[in-house]
Order: sequence, then structure tokens, then C-alpha cells
Amino acid sequence: MEIGAFTFADVSVRGGVAAPQRIPELIEEIVLADEVGLDVFGLGEHHHPAFGAPAPPVTLAAAAARTSRIRLTSAVTVLSTADPVRVLEEFHALDLVSGGRAELMVGRGALLDSFRLFGHDLQDYEQLFDEKLRLLLRLREGGPVTWSGRFRPPLHGETVLPRPVQDPLPVSVAVGGSPQSAVRAAAVGLPLMIGTLGGQAHQLAPIAELYREALGHYGKERLPIGMSLHGFVADTSQRAGEIYFPADAELRNVVGARLGVREVTAEHMAAQNGPGSTYAVGSPQQVIEKILHYHEVLGHQRTMLQLAVGPVPHRDLMRAIELLGTEVAPVVRAEVARREAVAPVGEAA
Amino acid sequence: MGVRTIGIFGAGKSGTAIARVAIRAGYDVRIATSGPAERSGLITRVMIPEATTVDAAGLAAGSDLVVIAVPLRRYRNLPLAGLAGRTVIDVMNYWRPIDGLLPEFEAADRPSSEVVRSHLPSTARLVKTLNHIGYHEIEDLARPAGAPGRIALGVAGDDPPAVADVAAFVDRIGFTPAIVGGLADSAVLQPGSPLFGADLTEPGLRRELCAARSAVP
Repeated sequence: MEIGAFTFADVSVRGGVAAPQRIPELIEEIVLADEVGLDVFGLGEHHHPAFGAPAPPVTLAAAAARTSRIRLTSAVTVLSTADPVRVLEEFHALDLVSGGRAELMVGRGALLDSFRLFGHDLQDYEQLFDEKLRLLLRLREGGPVTWSGRFRPPLHGETVLPRPVQDPLPVSVAVGGSPQSAVRAAAVGLPLMIGTLGGQAHQLAPIAELYREALGHYGKERLPIGMSLHGFVADTSQRAGEIYFPADAELRNVVGARLGVREVTAEHMAAQNGPGSTYAVGSPQQVIEKILHYHEVLGHQRTMLQLAVGPVPHRDLMRAIELLGTEVAPVVRAEVARREAVAPVGEAA
Repeated sequence: MGVRTIGIFGAGKSGTAIARVAIRAGYDVRIATSGPAERSGLITRVMIPEATTVDAAGLAAGSDLVVIAVPLRRYRNLPLAGLAGRTVIDVMNYWRPIDGLLPEFEAADRPSSEVVRSHLPSTARLVKTLNHIGYHEIEDLARPAGAPGRIALGVAGDDPPAVADVAAFVDRIGFTPAIVGGLADSAVLQPGSPLFGADLTEPGLRRELCAARSAVP
């Protein structure tokens, strides 16, 4: 089991920490994540006042120069509104800067600001992603590629150069629980990342099962499944809740105001953290138990915690990363390895 | 002449969640999706093995209730003519940050379900419900009648027998139906309303309804 963290580089829209302070802090957090042995750090693209990393490969490249082992991934790149040629060039560049530690995680996007910003029509939501993903995968294989489609000028015998250290570049697909998206990821033979925003872990089992069935249906090899979730570690469960839920509620209300959803309180968010839920906020022991429960349900290979949802102080994030790397990850890895020695990978459930 | 068979357009997050609670409640469920048939068949077989996959064109004819659970930007692509004489549940929302700007709904000075109805055959009986609860919660919060803390769902429609059928369906899949009025009153169930996403019990939902009504100038 790989253990990692990801963030959207949350900044305060209410007068707290802004991007010029937050981004250097974030780099220090990724450096610490590398030092304490986390497997992967993800940075997600949003185009919204509450988030500070609209261009993840740029920010990740700064972290790449200061780290040596940790894998660096977007989480996610909104491929629907980007140019696959440019995206691949940027991630090839990140892979070269990092010495072969880059990953590209693509998704359709949740907040959809990029559609407005780059002038795309939401009527084409599904078709944009399908077309761009297929082009990206052809370019990833090498080339020369000759191609034409609806949403980008045609290509005549082009190759994306230079090639990365990891050739082809690792690409995964993030889905938010849509069955069609899971089948699409299987059909193109890419690893799956299941993103969660709450709910019960057992509800994810059918998506994982669907993805594995679909891999077989399309004649693909067995591929890894990841899970991302809201999570945080502090020395005590009380401290974890005090840090995490007020920030989570603040962000929920900033985003929710535009979505026309009801205001929530820190207590509402804390109520999401019950047994079996896809919230893992607590002491190291509690987070270990949550992740091991998810592994029972999903038999997955990678868990990524969204450590800061909303503005969480840097010192608390540093402590969370330290605890995740030194106390949570070793126990989870050992127990999952023990389970996998008993039952083959993916059949632990 | 009870309702036995539920036909669902859409095997996305909402469609599959509604299918599963309906199956658990003992209904026969048929489901139609827009994707390629092999993809739909795979989704149904793994995620809702008890449901039958059918062609969109044939869904309405064999279904006592038809649920439209596709993104709002796509409902016009459904075979709507087949809904003549049918009771139809609209679980869709016009949610601009999610759907983008849909001029037809942006311009409308009426609830989204009234716009949807204007594209259905005149004999279709449209009822709005199940739209103001998250898809996770549909499965998580379904409870038998009488269970403490059971969530209420607003039901709005203009045809009383159709509303009664849908209310009975809502009750049987695990929620207390609360009839809020006709489709013209269904704005109270839409995004931006205090009810939306609030997961209220019946007394709580009634209180919000009263507050919403008294707030109307």
C-alpha cells in the first residue's frame, strides 16, 4: 500500500494566509513528506480564489528540485479544458526535473471554473474528456501521431519531445464515483483513483468491482486502484478535529455559497468522520484503522489524504505529514503486506 | 394496479443509487443509459445485478414509474415522446456551477421542472422529488417507515394520482414524502433553497417550507 497526501494549496479568502506565503510553505511540506517516506504527493488544479495552484506541474517542479524519492502527481489535471500536447510536454518536463518521479492524474474537473476560463462548453463535458484522453494516450506512446478531432487542430506526424525518464509517462484517471468514468478508465487501460468527499467506504466497493470487471472485459491487465479522501493526523483525535473541521467548514461554505447549498458548521463536518466513513481525521491509531478498513473494502494499492481542506496552519500540516509518514504509513504498509501474502492483491476483500 | 416496475433513465451516481434502494424495496427495476450498450450492460451487471438493462426507446412502455436521472443538459436527448401517458419523476436540478449556463433555464422565471414539462408530451404527469438529497445519502439515509430520524423528501406535482403514486414510492424506498404543492411550487426544492441538501426530518422540512413561503413577497 502506498500512502500519500494531496492538496489544492488552499489559501484563505477571509484575510488569512495568501498565496505568496502559502506556496513556499507547501514546498516545505512536500520536502518533509519526502523525508518521512511518504510515497506520493499530489497537487490539484483549481481556478478559484480559495486555491493556490492552478498550474500544478510548475509548483511540483519546485518541490522536485528539493526532494529525491517521493512521487509527484497532479491531483487532478483538468484534461477536458487543456491541450493534451501541452499537458504532456509539461509533465515530461516535470519527469525530467524530478529524475523520473512525475505522474499525471487526469479528471473531468469538479468545480468547472476552467470551462469558463478557457472557453469550453459544458455541453461537451463528456466528449471533451473522451477525445482529449485518447489523444493524450496516443501522444504518450511516442509517435509520430497523425490525428484530427473536434476540439483541437489536427496533428500531422507529430511527436512530443523530449521523451520523459519514465517512458511512457504514468497516467491515471481520477473519478468521483461515476460508473461510466470507471469503465472508461478500464477501457483505455489506465489505473483508477477514486475520489471521495464523504459518504461510506462500503459504497465504493461496487465502483472498484466494476473497474476490475471492466479491465477483464476489455482484455487489460490488472491495474492499481487508489483512493483519495479527506483526512488528517494529529497527536490526539481531539486536536485533529479542532484543526481540521473548522477549516473544512470554512472552505465548504466559500464554495457552497456559489453552489447554493446550505451553510455548514465544523460540527456538521465532524459528523462525517464516523466509523466506516471516507473521512479519516484523528490520532495516528484512528487513521491506521480507517485506512486498513478501506483496504478491506476495496483491496486498493494507494491511499491519498487531502490533509488541508480550507486554510490549515503550516505547523499543523507539518506535524500531520510527520505523523502520517512515521507512525501511520509503516503500520499500514506492514499490515497490508501481511494481508496480501495471505490473499492475492485485489482479492483481499 | 400498484406500481411494480421502475424505469430509470441514467446509470450515473443518482440513477444507480435510486435503482439500488428501489430493488431493496422490492420493485422491478429497468435502467437505460446513453452510453454504448456493452458499457451499460457491464455497469448494470456489476453494480445493480438485479436490474434489467433496456434500450432508452423501450424504457417507458414497460415501466409504471419513469425516473429521469440524467444531467439536465442531456434530458432533451431522451426519447421523450415515449413518456405520453406516463408518470415521470424529475430528479434533475439546474445547478449552474455544475451544468454550466443553460440559457433555457437561465431565462426561465419558473422552476426547472416546469421547463422540463414543457418538452414532454402533454399527457405525461411530471412529479419532482429525490432531487434535493445527495446521491450518497439516498442509500445511507433510507429507513423504514416509523424509524426515528427518518428523512423527509419534498414531492411536487400537478396530477394528484401521480403525486400519490410517487409519494408511495418515496415512502417505500425509505423516505417520508412531504407534498409541497404543484410544479409551480417546486422552486422550494431547488439549489439555493434551505431544503436543498439539508437532510431534514418531516417536522424540520415542514418548518423550512413555512419559512420559505412566508419569505415570498
